[in-house]
Amino acid sequence: MRFEAVIGLEIHAQLLTESKLFCGCSTKFGNPPNTNICPVCMGHPGVLPILNKKAVEFTIRMGLATSCTINKYSIFARKNYFYPDLPKGYQISQYELPLCSNGYLEIEHQNQRKKIRINRIHLEEDAGKSIHDQGNFTLLDFNRCGVPLIEIVTAPDIQTPEEAGIFLSEIRQIVKYLGICDGNMEEGSLRCDANVSIREAGSNILGTKTEVKNMNSIKNVVDALKYEIERQIEIVSSGGRIIQQTLLWNADKQIIEPMRTKEESHDYRYFPEPDLPIVEVNEEWLNVIRENLPELPSIRKERMKSQYNIPDYDIEILTTEKEFADYFEETAKFTDDYKSISNWFMTEILKILNEQKISIKEFPIKPEYLGELIKLINNQTISGKIAKEVFNEMLVEPGSPSEIIKEKNLIQISDEKIIEEIVQKVIESNQKQVQQYLEGKDKVFAHFVGQVMRETKGKANPSLVNKILKEKLDNLRK
Amino acid sequence: MIVEKVENYLKRIQDKKHLNAFLEVFSEESIQRANQLEKKIHNGESVGKLCGTVVAVKDNIAIKDKKLTCGSKILENFTSLYNATVIEKLLAEDAIIIGKTNLDEFAMGSSNENSAFGIVKNPYDEKRVPGGSSGGSAVAVASEMCDVALGSDTGGSIRQPAAFCGVYGLKPTYGRVSRFGLVAFASSFDCIGLIARDSISLAKTLNVISGYDLKDSTSSNQKVPEYDSIIQNLPKDNITFGVPVEFFNDGLQSDIKNKIFEIIEFLKSNSFQILEISLPHIKYSIADYYLLTTAEASSNLSRYDGVKYGSRIELPQSIKDLYTQTRDEYFGNEVKRRIMLGTFVLSAGYYDAYYLKAQKVRRLIQNDFIDAFNKVDFIISPTTPTTAFKIGEKTDNPLSMYLSDIYTTSANLAGLPAINIPIGFDSNKLPIGMQLMANFFKEDLLLQMSYFIENNFNKNKLGN
Ligand SMILES: [Zn+2]
Repeated sequence: MRFEAVIGLEIHAQLLTESKLFCGCSTKFGNPPNTNICPVCMGHPGVLPILNKKAVEFTIRMGLATSCTINKYSIFARKNYFYPDLPKGYQISQYELPLCSNGYLEIEHQNQRKKIRINRIHLEEDAGKSIHDQGNFTLLDFNRCGVPLIEIVTAPDIQTPEEAGIFLSEIRQIVKYLGICDGNMEEGSLRCDANVSIREAGSNILGTKTEVKNMNSIKNVVDALKYEIERQIEIVSSGGRIIQQTLLWNADKQIIEPMRTKEESHDYRYFPEPDLPIVEVNEEWLNVIRENLPELPSIRKERMKSQYNIPDYDIEILTTEKEFADYFEETAKFTDDYKSISNWFMTEILKILNEQKISIKEFPIKPEYLGELIKLINNQTISGKIAKEVFNEMLVEPGSPSEIIKEKNLIQISDEKIIEEIVQKVIESNQKQVQQYLEGKDKVFAHFVGQVMRETKGKANPSLVNKILKEKLDNLRK
Repeated sequence: MIVEKVENYLKRIQDKKHLNAFLEVFSEESIQRANQLEKKIHNGESVGKLCGTVVAVKDNIAIKDKKLTCGSKILENFTSLYNATVIEKLLAEDAIIIGKTNLDEFAMGSSNENSAFGIVKNPYDEKRVPGGSSGGSAVAVASEMCDVALGSDTGGSIRQPAAFCGVYGLKPTYGRVSRFGLVAFASSFDCIGLIARDSISLAKTLNVISGYDLKDSTSSNQKVPEYDSIIQNLPKDNITFGVPVEFFNDGLQSDIKNKIFEIIEFLKSNSFQILEISLPHIKYSIADYYLLTTAEASSNLSRYDGVKYGSRIELPQSIKDLYTQTRDEYFGNEVKRRIMLGTFVLSAGYYDAYYLKAQKVRRLIQNDFIDAFNKVDFIISPTTPTTAFKIGEKTDNPLSMYLSDIYTTSANLAGLPAINIPIGFDSNKLPIGMQLMANFFKEDLLLQMSYFIENNFNKNKLGN
C-alpha cells in the first residue's frame, strides 16, 4: 500500500510589541527573572486586562498578508486550565470569532505552486516559564507571561515534510517583513507544532493524528515530520493502530518521544472573556493598517527585479532576509552600479556574516560607505584590489572610504608618465624575465605586473600598467 | 470637628465590636487624616468634595498596603499592592477610609454567614443575619460606624443587606463605576455600589466614584451627572411606576406586601402613575443567575491556587496536591459549591445546555426590561421576600437561601441600576426595604425618587 501524509501546522509567533497584551509591562527578552511583571500579569485579585491595540494591529497585518478575512467583530475567550506558570488559571485567547480567518499562503515546491489554507489567526497571551530540574522545586519566571502571541492554524493541506519546511520558512519571512515577530525559532519567538496523520494515497479519510511538538528550527520540523510519518507508516503497515497522542521531538537523539502524559485530556471550558468588550475592527482602521502594511517578500522581489535590473538569482538571495534587501536598497541610494552592490553583498558581506556569526544589522560598514567605495572603484580613484583593502579596513575602523584612502595614501596612480618610468625600471632590472618573454613565454607577463604593483604598493592603475607594459615589451620583440 | 466625628465612629466600632462588622479598622490613620484635613481647612486650602466623609470599605475592594481577605482563609494574609480605582477617587476627594468590612467569602452569600472570619449580626436583632454579602458594610452604616460604605453587588449583595438593616443601598448600572480593584466574583454581574443612611450621601459619593476608567474596559464613558446637586429636581409630571405582577406572589411576607401597597398608595396620592406590568421571563432569573455567576466564578477563582500568593498547604507531594489540598483547605463550603457548579456548567457536553442557554435567557430577561422601560420610569418591588431571618435558619438549605435574592438578581442580569429604600418595619420591628429599578444610567432618577420618598414618606411615617 502507498501512503500519503496529512499535515496541519499550528504556528505561534511572539509579537514585537513594546508592552504585554493586557498590561503595561515590558516585553523585553533576557531581563532578570520576574522583573517584567505587575499585579495585572501576575493575576492579582481585582485586576482587569486592557487590550494592547498594537497587538491587534500586528495580528491584522498577518491576516492581510495571508489573504485572511479580517473579522469586523471578534471576541476574546478564557481557556481554563491549571498550570503554575499560568497565574490566572486561565489564558485569555480567542476561540469563536478570531481576528482573522479563512486565508491562505501559496508556496513553491519543485516548481509547483500550491495553496496552503489558513483556517484562523488569533491573538492570545503567552504563559510564563517553568524551570524544572531545580532539585525538589520548580522555579517560575513570569517575564514572558502576558506577552502577545498570534497562533496561525493551517488546514491539513500539507503533504510532505519539505512542504511544511517551505511553508514555515515563508511564514517566518513574512512575520519578519511585517515587523511583527523576530522569527527566532531557537529562542522560541516562533514556535511550530504539527498535527500528522497518514492515509492510503488518494483516500479522503483522515487517519488518527498525533501532535508533534518541540521542534525549534525549520530543520527540526522537517526531520521530526519525516520521522513521524515513517513511524506511522511502519505501525500501520504491520497491522498496528495509531494512538492519538502528543509527541516531543528529541533533536539530539533524532527521535520522537511521547510526552509524559500525567495530564489527562483537557477540557478547557472556553467561554467569552467578560472583562473585555467585543473587539471591533472598523473599515477606517483596517484601511489605515492596509495602507501602511510593509512590503511583502513576493511583492518586494518583483519590484526589485524591475527596479535594479540584476539577475533573478541575486534578487532571491538579497530578499531571503528583509534586512538584506534593506541593506541593498539603502546602498543603492549611493551608487547606481547595482550589480556591484549585489556582488559585494553576496561574496564579501555574506562571507563575513557567516564567519563572524553576526546579523546584517550588526555589520559594521554602513550602506552609504559601501556605495561610496563602489563609486571610487568605478571612477578609477582606487583599484579593485585597494578597494578590498579599504573594505577590510572599514570592518575594523568604521569610517568613510575616502577618508581611509586619504589617510593611508591609497589613491590610484593613473599618471601614464609615472607608470612608464616604473615600467621602464622594472624591465631594466628583470633582464632574465625579459629574455624569457622574448622567447615567447607570455606567462612571465604577470611577473612584470606584480613587480610594478609592488613598486607602487598596489596603487598603480592596473589597466594602465597592462597597457604600458604590453607596449614596451612588444616593442622589444620587434 | 472631623477628628471628633472620626473618634465617635471609632468608639461606636469599639462598643459594637460584637456585631463583627469590621475585619480591620484603620484607627490611627483615620484620625491622622482627619487632623490633616482640619489643618487644610484651617489654612484655607481647597479641599475635596468628600472632605471628611468617613467611608467603610467592603473587604473585596483593594486598598494599597492593606489586607484584602475577601472574607476567605485563602487570602487571610494577602496584602494588596495597589488601590482600586474607587479608592483612588475617594482619597483624591479627601474622604477618610476607616476600615474594611466583613462579607460573605468572595461575596458569595445572602446572610454573611459565609465569612471565614465570623458571622455578622443584625443591629436590629442580634440573633438575626444582616444580609449579605455586604453585611459588614450595611451594619457599619446602620450602626453609625461611618457615613458611607462601599459594597459590591453581584445579585443583590448591597440592596438585600441594606433592606435587612434599614439603610439606603444603591447598585449602579453595570459600567457606571470602575470594577478595577474589586475582586471578581462574576465579572459580567459585579458592581461596586454604596450604602448610606440617606439619599444625599449616596448621591455625593456616587458622583465621585463614577465614570469611565482606562483600567476597566467594561466601564462606560456615559457622562456623570452631578447627582447631589440635582437630587431635588425630581420631574413630577408623567412619572410612571411599573408594578410587575410576577413580584407579588406567595413567597412574599405579608407585612412587606402591605408596606409596598401602602407606598403605592402614597405615590398615587402624589400624582404618580402606577401601571401593572409583566416581566414574563423573570421567573427564570434565579436559575439563570446561578448558572452564569457560578460559571464566571469558577474561572475567576482559579487564580487562588497557592502558587503565587495567598495561603498554601504545607509540603505538598505534587503540584496537583498543592492545588487540590490548598483549595480544599482554604476555601469555604459555599465557595466550593459554586466553583463545582460553575465548572460543571462550562464543561464539554453541558456548555450548550447550560451556559449557552442561560446566556440566551439573560438576553430575554434584558429584553423584558427594555420593553418595560419603554412604558415606565421605575419598577417597584420589595427588595427581599422576607425581613432579616435568624442566624442558622437557612444555612442547611442553600436553595432557600438563594431565593432571598429573588427580587434583586434580575437587575444584575440586565445590568440595570437599582436602589433599596427603607420604608418601615414589620411586626418584629425589623426593617422593610423596597426596591426601585430604573433604566440604564438613570441613577439620577433613582436618587431623586429615593430623596423624595425619604423626605415625604419616611419623615412622616417613620418615627425612627
Ligand atoms: Zn504586567
